[in-house]
Amino acid sequence: MSYTIWILFTAALVGINCGLVGTFLVLRKMSMLSDAISHSVLLGIVGAYMVSHQLQGVSMLIGALLVGLLTTFLVQLLHQKGVQSDAAIGVVFTCLFAIGVVLISLFADRVHLDVEHALMGEIAFVPWDVLEVGGKSIGSKAVWLLGFVLAINIFVIVFAYKELKISSFDSEMAVTLGIPVVFIHYVLMGMLSLTTVASFDSVGAILVVAMLIVPSATAYLWTDRLSVMLICSALIGVLSSVIGYMGATAFNVSISGAIAVATGVLFFISLWIAPKHGLLRKWLKKSPA
Amino acid sequence: MNPLVVEQVTVAYDRQLVLEDVSFSVPEGKLVGIIGPNGAGKSTLMKAMLNFIPRMHGNVFVYGKPYEKQRHLVGYVPQRNSVDWDFPTNALDVVLMGRYGHIGLWKRPRKEDVDIAMQCLDKVGMLPYAKRQISQLSGGQQQRVFLARALAQDASVYFMDEPFVGVDAATEKAIVQLLNELKMRGKTVLVVHHDLQTVRDYFDYVLLLNKRVIAFGETESVFTYDHIQKTYGGKVTFLSAAHIVG
Repeated sequence: MSYTIWILFTAALVGINCGLVGTFLVLRKMSMLSDAISHSVLLGIVGAYMVSHQLQGVSMLIGALLVGLLTTFLVQLLHQKGVQSDAAIGVVFTCLFAIGVVLISLFADRVHLDVEHALMGEIAFVPWDVLEVGGKSIGSKAVWLLGFVLAINIFVIVFAYKELKISSFDSEMAVTLGIPVVFIHYVLMGMLSLTTVASFDSVGAILVVAMLIVPSATAYLWTDRLSVMLICSALIGVLSSVIGYMGATAFNVSISGAIAVATGVLFFISLWIAPKHGLLRKWLKKSPA
Repeated sequence: MNPLVVEQVTVAYDRQLVLEDVSFSVPEGKLVGIIGPNGAGKSTLMKAMLNFIPRMHGNVFVYGKPYEKQRHLVGYVPQRNSVDWDFPTNALDVVLMGRYGHIGLWKRPRKEDVDIAMQCLDKVGMLPYAKRQISQLSGGQQQRVFLARALAQDASVYFMDEPFVGVDAATEKAIVQLLNELKMRGKTVLVVHHDLQTVRDYFDYVLLLNKRVIAFGETESVFTYDHIQKTYGGKVTFLSAAHIVG
């Protein structure tokens, strides 16, 4: 497959993964937790490298998962001890991220990972980093990783759809029904950690937040059904990737940057024209006919 | 066996007692009003009974066993403003949530659950709005959706937190009708309530609460001028109290 198709394929998978997980973050008003986890997983990646001396695959996923859950746990713990929840998030992720940064600089001469790469990602290199089985190339590593995470995300959402829905809408009611609300929260944070780390290499820590939140917030404007919102959010993620990539090649600018800008543009267009919650509709309704 | 026995429930926030030694026991098939001024701990009591907030000590028994083992017998109607009504879902879906305990974890709702949810919507007069997005319902309609959800749950003991707040007259009537129907079916219902005028008409039993139990018992004998004054710290004027007690 050609260079362009691999990049588009990668970006689209990032869009779908982030769109699905992001929907639940937006509905649970936890957007800022994605910011936190997208940064603190850096520590997980470095930690995984220290243990396994590899910068990819399963060890990286496990490292990110552990640190992602640790972040969630610490935020919860501080909050219970009386720290305001936004301050708790701010303290935990900056600390964990900073430890990651220090460790990277410590191993800088041996690791192919730098802070700029971690923050911005480099999707342009994705097609050359291929996975080989028995000496034969079977395609980009990033695509395989993202595909694997997508399978997990889809499986959990299909399997635990009603549990995710009620614990997002009315967690107290969910508790009285015997639904394991806390467990579901950690499962979702686990999905977020995996999604972040799989998207990390391509779009970086900051832009992954854009991919998680903006398409979901856009989809929220277009629909009144959770199932439709999930699909919409994933499609908007894919659309942003395609538009962003075309824009980046046309103007010769950063691909991941252009994709994130595309998510923002789609959001603002939707804010105006969305049929149910758009501003135009609201104004038209108000003005006398 | 009484459906609900509460023993010496004590709750503290930051070492400050907000509920002290609350004990009472409700017979089957009674409507119980929980009455008290703002900050008396009415909602806190409900949340402590349901384990949303930790109890310093005390026990809650439902049909003879600790609440933790009898969750399936208890239905909860939270305050309307405790959820985000902009959530992308419709009235039928919310009522269907009441069936989740019966459906079981990780399983899908069956047709029979949808049928039950539709019947419950019908009972509160909300069938025409089944597919309506919940943010497009009025406050009273939203409250009725919550009640339909509680019906769908088919519990034995219900806790309702301020169901009458901010609802229109039609909804108020619908709620009263529903409470009486639940009572006829032998259900026990506890309602956090703040409108003293309607206490006598709506409830068989009252729990007068102000951090501790001021009085508990049949409305006829317990809802007296003295007890109301004691509960509200003398803030209810003589005339209005006389009017309320009747």
